[in-house]
Amino acid sequence: MKLSKTTTEVFNEVGELTYFTARFFREIFSPRFEWREFFRQCYVIGYKSLPLIGLTGFIMGLVLTIQVRPTLIEYGVEARIPAMMGLSFVREIGPVLSALIFAGKIGSSMGAELGSMRVTEQIDSMEVSGTNPYKFLVVTRVLAATIMLPVLSSLSDVIGIYGSYVAFNIRGAMTLRLFISEVFNYLKFSDIFPAHIKCYFFGFAVGIIGCYKGYFTRLGTAGVGRAANSAVVVSSVLIFILDLLVVQITDLIGIG
Amino acid sequence: MARRDRHIAPLNEPGINEPVITVHDLYKAFQQNEVLRGFNFELQKGETLVILGRSGSGKSVLIKCIIGLMKPDKGSINVLGNDILSLSVQDMDKLRMRVGFLFQSNALYDSMTIRENLEFPMRRHLSNLDADEVNKRVMESLEDVGLAHTVDMMPSELSGGMQKRVALARTLILKPEIILYDEPTTGLDPITGAEISDLIVEIQEKYQTSSIVISHDMKCVEITADRIAVLLQGICYAQGTYETLVASEDASIKQFFH
Repeated sequence: MKLSKTTTEVFNEVGELTYFTARFFREIFSPRFEWREFFRQCYVIGYKSLPLIGLTGFIMGLVLTIQVRPTLIEYGVEARIPAMMGLSFVREIGPVLSALIFAGKIGSSMGAELGSMRVTEQIDSMEVSGTNPYKFLVVTRVLAATIMLPVLSSLSDVIGIYGSYVAFNIRGAMTLRLFISEVFNYLKFSDIFPAHIKCYFFGFAVGIIGCYKGYFTRLGTAGVGRAANSAVVVSSVLIFILDLLVVQITDLIGIG
Repeated sequence: MARRDRHIAPLNEPGINEPVITVHDLYKAFQQNEVLRGFNFELQKGETLVILGRSGSGKSVLIKCIIGLMKPDKGSINVLGNDILSLSVQDMDKLRMRVGFLFQSNALYDSMTIRENLEFPMRRHLSNLDADEVNKRVMESLEDVGLAHTVDMMPSELSGGMQKRVALARTLILKPEIILYDEPTTGLDPITGAEISDLIVEIQEKYQTSSIVISHDMKCVEITADRIAVLLQGICYAQGTYETLVASEDASIKQFFH
């Protein structure tokens, strides 16, 4: 049986990505770790993404509350808005929304940055100067993305819930204290824990795909654009697949 | 190049009269395109060898094989007494401290200042140096290329010629014994190109480095070459001084010089 060219390319890509990922786990435990670059990446990836992720979280909280309110009023359960928004933000909207924004901002910038470093021979230059470019560029970025996304997602949850509180108070009256108390009355550890864990997987997926696409950029500047673009597309699709898997797994083991 | 050995043996040293680089019977192909087909040459200590060839003839591939960025299909490469094809990753890194490489595109890290660019190789290989010593070395290298005032600028703020000089300063910072220049004057105007060629000669005289210059810029070849190896059809077609090759009656050689 002869495989088509596209099928062969897909298998090649999956194989290369698997090897690239396996190399991450090998390199991360071998000395020496690039702490300085890691902290710089945490700052770039985490701190600089916060305004965008915070803003989208706030707007999402605001808009969702405005839109669901009339329906909930019809059923006489308007008071359940804090609980509903808290649950939906912590379990799904916060992690997935943050991850998608993160993929768009960080995944594309990793693809473009490493891609342009590849085509301008900066990665070769690192290797020639006796620095392991994978360790310096990839390990630090992937680890920073893996650690920073859960933090950003948690902050997005908080800001989103605050957005919901603001929207609730446009036509109603509830103190912030009561609103938050209502949110936490319905939140359980089993809601927070799986959602938090899946953020690490999302962050890792965005980091590894962005770096992989950039690290193996070919065909000059056109390739850089393609790397940035496909980093966003592939990592966004992967986020949904991982989300589906995590929901199924946590459901099966009974912590969902 | 990535053979991983846990055991790190001390690097070999070349004998007193031994060449610092020996390339023997080197083959490299990209699918059906055979760019190197049994290339041989030797680089003597203190010598500047120019590898002359047409665009796409495999000159850059050759020096990338020497520095370990590409793996040849066949043949042997001995650098400073070490067979680089059998070196471990760690030993290769140690050897790379002694071999500088100037990229055609300069390859300056564009997210770092000039100072950070120059400090980058030192942070890895000379981590025992204190801040004053690091600064002294950075300034000394930049002064060698006449650009001490650019130390806190970004690479994007410099002209092409200045970037080339900074890239050369970064190459010099570890005081390498061998420097490989990949088309050092490409993309520069003739005057700046001649300045860079003069700088290569100055550096060779000051630091007594051995150099390989890849070029098809005849002005650069004339200024820098102690000896020229002509790369044609994947082999070392001819070798000699600039004067002997200029006087050659061979039509393939003549096309470079006339």
